[in-house]
Amino acid sequence: MKTASPFLELESAPRVDVTWDGVPLSLPEEANLAAALLAAGVHVFRSTPVSGAPRAPFCMMGACFDCLVEINGVTRQACMLEVIEGMVMTRPSEMGAHADET
Amino acid sequence: MLMKRDFVIIGAGPAGMAAATQAAELGLYVTVLDEQLRAGGQIYRDVDRASKSLGNILGADYTDGARLTKHLRQSGVEHISGAVVWAIEDEFRISYTCEGRGAQIEADRILLATGALERPMPIPGWTLPGVMTAGAGQILLKQSGVVAQNAVLVGAGPLLYLIGAQMVRAGTPPAAMVETQTRSDMIRGLRHVGGALQGWRYMAKGLGMLAEIKRAKVPRYTGATGIGIEGEGKAEVVTFTHNGRTQRIACETVFLHHGVVANTQAARSLGISHTWAVAHGSFVPELDDWGQSDVAGVFIAGDGAGIGGAKAAEHAGRLVALKVAEDAKRLSTKDCNLMAAPLRRALVRELAARPFLDAAYPPYGAALRPADNTVICRCEEITAGDIRSYANLGCLGPNQTKAFGRAGMGHCQGRYCGLTVTALLADANRQSPDETGYYRIRPPLKPVTLGELAAMDGTTQDAAE
Repeated sequence: MKTASPFLELESAPRVDVTWDGVPLSLPEEANLAAALLAAGVHVFRSTPVSGAPRAPFCMMGACFDCLVEINGVTRQACMLEVIEGMVMTRPSEMGAHADET
Repeated sequence: MLMKRDFVIIGAGPAGMAAATQAAELGLYVTVLDEQLRAGGQIYRDVDRASKSLGNILGADYTDGARLTKHLRQSGVEHISGAVVWAIEDEFRISYTCEGRGAQIEADRILLATGALERPMPIPGWTLPGVMTAGAGQILLKQSGVVAQNAVLVGAGPLLYLIGAQMVRAGTPPAAMVETQTRSDMIRGLRHVGGALQGWRYMAKGLGMLAEIKRAKVPRYTGATGIGIEGEGKAEVVTFTHNGRTQRIACETVFLHHGVVANTQAARSLGISHTWAVAHGSFVPELDDWGQSDVAGVFIAGDGAGIGGAKAAEHAGRLVALKVAEDAKRLSTKDCNLMAAPLRRALVRELAARPFLDAAYPPYGAALRPADNTVICRCEEITAGDIRSYANLGCLGPNQTKAFGRAGMGHCQGRYCGLTVTALLADANRQSPDETGYYRIRPPLKPVTLGELAAMDGTTQDAAE
């Protein structure tokens, strides 16, 4: 599936299947996950625990934590990961963003 | 028993790579820990994977980074990539997470080469999806070959022109450049160029990028004020005032930038002293002329020591390596000084353009002192007005704000609100930034999961006990 995205991929790469919130997506293998999701038309990654406001990648370098997603049940920073075939991703639950941490 | 490294470097950007290579050449046992999967730091992010056409879009200043990554590979230095450092303790035991497992290593001396962060730019609407830092735009292009169509660049500084020119080369010119610097800033800046050749080189480079942007007929609005971003659930319009007229520019992406600042998180967690640097408009660590901090054995080089750019970072990294080798008795004091001299001269040349850049492209005033209803802490959604109200109730410093609200206590641990909170409290209490201070930073520097701790490498854990 490919939805409208303001982001354009300049180069093509072999693609693999993943799911985002139950929707199948085809993303470039080993691409930066946050970049790949943006280019695939995902424009809201999560909601804030405080007000429920939508958020998406802001810094792309692991500092802001706005790109948190839940992958196979664990909340991670999408901008610090690469696309792996079969990733099952969801928007993190409001508690999920805090619950995994010590 | 875990073998102790002579020297552990945190960060594989220009400072870290140059220091590692130099130290290995001098016979030290060196390990580099870096969050990213490939060496380069943010400035040379993924330089070894960039295609020729992407290299042409990004330019020679970027592809030059491959020289450093190659030297690092050839040096035999142990480079642990994908390693997120979350604690540095006890002279020195470094805890990090890599591939979902916790691990630790020990070192006699350490270098923090953790680079820069974008200066926080809290303006109305900056938390909307579609609003990113200009640095993020660069990272998208460098690492993923992804460009934003119909983007508006907002703020001030050479990075804004660089990304604008790169977008033009990529065939997706920005919809507009909304620039906050004024003509009088430029005149003030030009006074600093003087006879410094390097200053003129940077000027010429900047003018070249501006010419590319102009040829692509990208509208530029300089001296913009009252900037905000509007949209239902995502960035849709940039609004601002230009020459007394209200402007609204439709967009899908906004890239914000008004300078970068030293990333001081790790240094602060070690208790290193920091002072307010007026020219940088931020706190910088107190260092001697070898880059050593007031915590013995801890060095800082590159933008994390105060913004100087990639080339300056490289020289500063090498200087640290010389001093570390001398301390470890691998290099005589005489040779150390002899080898340091050309590096110091290069560093002076490289920093010659900074006073011009700092004066010509000052931070956007309305983002340094945001309006009351602007969110300044992205994680906990605290507004500038909240911080001012804490000051009215007697709150003097950033750590006290935590007794009033949760500013700085979210995931980013103050990385994108710390300087704003200091500025707001300093203003409200009529104190200097130094008197006001900054958040106390404690480990973990990045969140660690219980799973990662449980999977801690057994041997290293035993060594730590």
